[in-house]
Amino acid sequence: MWQRLLTLIRKEMQALLRTPQSRRLLIAPVLLQLLLFPFAATLEVKNSTLAVFNQDGGAASIELVQRLAATQAFPHVLMLHSQQDMQQVIDRQQALLAISLPQDFSRRLASGQGVTAQAIIDGRRSNSAQIAYGYALQVVQQFAAERSRQAAPARLLVQNLYNPNLEYRWFVLPSLVAIITTIGCLMVTALSLAREREEGTFEQLLVSPLTPAYIMAGKALPGMLVALVQGCIIAAAAVWVYQVPFSGTVGLLIVSMLCYGLSLVGFGLLISALSSNQQQAFLGSFAFMSPAVILSGYMAPVENMPLPLRMVSAVDPLTHFIVIVKGIFLKGYGLAEAWPHLWPLLAIAAGTLLLAYRMFLQRSH
Amino acid sequence: MSTADSDIAIRLRALGHAFAGRPALHALDADIRRGIITGLVGPDGAGKTTLLRLMAGLLKPDSGSLQVEGLDPVTAGDALRTQLGYMPQKFGLYEDLTVLENLTLYADLRGVTGAVREESFQRLLAFTDLARFTERLAGKLSGGMKQKLGLACTLLGSPRILLLDEPCVGVDPISRRELWRMVSSLADGGMAVLWSTSYLDEAELCGEVLLMHEGRLQYSGSPQALMDSMQGRSLLLQGIAGNRRQVLRRALRCPQVIDGALQGHAVRLVLRTAGELPDLASLDAGPDASLQAVKPRLEDAFIDLLGGGPGGDSPLAEHMPPARLPGGVDADAVIVAEQLTRRFGDFVATDHVNFRIRRGEIFGLLGPNGAGKSTTFKMMCGLLPVSSGAARVMGLDLKKSASQARQQIGYMAQKFALYSNLSVAQNLEFFSGIYGLSGVRQREAVADMVRVFALQPFLAMNAGELPLGFKQRLALACALMHQHRCCFWTNRRRGWTRSAAANSGAISTAWWTRASR
Repeated sequence: MWQRLLTLIRKEMQALLRTPQSRRLLIAPVLLQLLLFPFAATLEVKNSTLAVFNQDGGAASIELVQRLAATQAFPHVLMLHSQQDMQQVIDRQQALLAISLPQDFSRRLASGQGVTAQAIIDGRRSNSAQIAYGYALQVVQQFAAERSRQAAPARLLVQNLYNPNLEYRWFVLPSLVAIITTIGCLMVTALSLAREREEGTFEQLLVSPLTPAYIMAGKALPGMLVALVQGCIIAAAAVWVYQVPFSGTVGLLIVSMLCYGLSLVGFGLLISALSSNQQQAFLGSFAFMSPAVILSGYMAPVENMPLPLRMVSAVDPLTHFIVIVKGIFLKGYGLAEAWPHLWPLLAIAAGTLLLAYRMFLQRSH
Repeated sequence: MSTADSDIAIRLRALGHAFAGRPALHALDADIRRGIITGLVGPDGAGKTTLLRLMAGLLKPDSGSLQVEGLDPVTAGDALRTQLGYMPQKFGLYEDLTVLENLTLYADLRGVTGAVREESFQRLLAFTDLARFTERLAGKLSGGMKQKLGLACTLLGSPRILLLDEPCVGVDPISRRELWRMVSSLADGGMAVLWSTSYLDEAELCGEVLLMHEGRLQYSGSPQALMDSMQGRSLLLQGIAGNRRQVLRRALRCPQVIDGALQGHAVRLVLRTAGELPDLASLDAGPDASLQAVKPRLEDAFIDLLGGGPGGDSPLAEHMPPARLPGGVDADAVIVAEQLTRRFGDFVATDHVNFRIRRGEIFGLLGPNGAGKSTTFKMMCGLLPVSSGAARVMGLDLKKSASQARQQIGYMAQKFALYSNLSVAQNLEFFSGIYGLSGVRQREAVADMVRVFALQPFLAMNAGELPLGFKQRLALACALMHQHRCCFWTNRRRGWTRSAAANSGAISTAWWTRASR
């Protein structure tokens, strides 16, 4: 029977790789997203504009403005001359953050009195504006601490473990390994089975001596293989092109990719068992994809979600795989550290495959 | 033909067409008249569809001239569109829309609106007897009703010329007759109808036929005249003792016989020359055998035009070893259905069906749509669980050992189930592989099939791009590859299985031959 399985897998690979179009379809999205994601999907605040309404003009105020302008976050500083200007730059989204220094800023500072500066944030861009505000606050606090006569009673010393300079790409690329392979793997499993239904070859397979389990395995392995190859391309690009450190072992990465592939195949086969043509399978794949990415913790931390969604997130294979890949890349995960997230992947795979198998038996009659 | 010019709706003169250098039509000359059904007759791949598409202005002829209503269909396409109704083989019905929605859509597309629309809907729905089903989804209609709806959509806007491309494929006999009646009433009303078909009995009913083969016009004129020319050359050999297929094989080896076929318990033969009979003794058909002249059929004439049918021996029969039954299997009951019943909820699809199929027997399941043919079939192949009763293939119960039983079955679906985006060679390798052939045996089996079915020139081509006849051959090759002992065919479209030069004919005959051993 191994030979029959091999025949099934070879047929699947031939169908995938036979024409230049189908080969391109497997590789082009990977390359495209590899080029786009690390640059476009960034939460860092760089290259934004800071607006300053400096009513004072004293030495201290100028120094503070210069310090703010020197940070990476604000290469552009817009000098304003009236309160209305401040309103306008925020309204027109010309600046993310506007700071107003009062007339007596330098004087009060020199005399050792406390002073208040005003910061106006564009609430429509809440996330990046808050990050920008954080940068500004840091600069102002530093500036204040230097001028204060006595040392501050307590200070927080921050150290960023695993990603010391908080490089956003270090976070994005390992997650990308997970997200892109999801698309490839689902397409191969869910769509190809639906297509066999449309073309009538599915019935031909059912009257052959192959049992439904073999037919499923014949679809599952090529799907895992596609996930593995695509995953390896992205991982290699992350390491050699984007210089993301790789602190774990390649072996563990491959094992986890296979486990992840298996759980995806489970969902793919489940979708294909539920759909009767390619259009339905396609929509089904997307109905799975979007929530899977959103709930995975790639966009927002899972801890912030309400309990029911956290429960859904626990059966989302992407959640676990993202933790594993990030761990392998950045934290030097070994099998012991990865295991708490590997076994859920295997459990998800077992559950979905069993369910798909039952649906498959029902649907094939 | 001495008919008035105004009588002629379509005129072809030296019309030729080629696809990528491969000629599909060779210099055709013909006139198609109003008021009759003209049959465009020929086996698959004869060029029927190409000709219809040229007439509809969907293709541009490479040479010669073509005039529809005195106009060139390519340059005067807009003017012709209202006068010409073309129903392609697979009419573009939207399966997710109801009958009425489909009609409305095509009425909109043809600009049939207002009172005219109301009037033509009523007329067409009454004409096609679809008035009761206006709210049903087109996808849920039977094959015959789909064709009727397609015809109704084609007739919107009252065309003067009707081009029908194989309207009766996949349609049960009752609906076929109804469709025929509808179209002949249209022709009686003065419409010019060109009806393409590969069914020769259908062609016999036409007012005139254009017989085509491999892109050439073999005959044009009345079918009766052609059949009359065969007078005295069609014979029936009756009272045969022994194996009829063996008798047929011997008869086909006689020089006096150009074609033959089984017909019930008799063998039907076509002679090269009227009056020159084959030697009865050499046929070894038994003492009571006798030859009687019968009414010639169009098929006989067509075979004669092509210079004779396939011989009695065929490459497939030579290649396929006789099916041997393992010990313990009753040769009189290779396939058995016992009280075979299948219920879907309250609905009983097959009700206590019993039959036994002997070794060497071709067993036909006949019936209109919905008679339970497919259900029985699916149960016999193990595709559908049996509600009660038993289905056995070579003694193996489909309920208990479906996988082993399936190893014994070759299955050819109605729709040729091939991987259209894989090459011919890859399809052959795949289907031999899943039946457990490997290594040298697999290579030999593939090479044999390529030789027997003459697939060599197509090996690297995608299965989906094959001509229809070769698709059929490839599907058959894939189904026969592992030399199983039973062969199941679903809804095989009848027609040119025995056509002369088309090799698939020789192969089908050969398959019957093999089954007889």
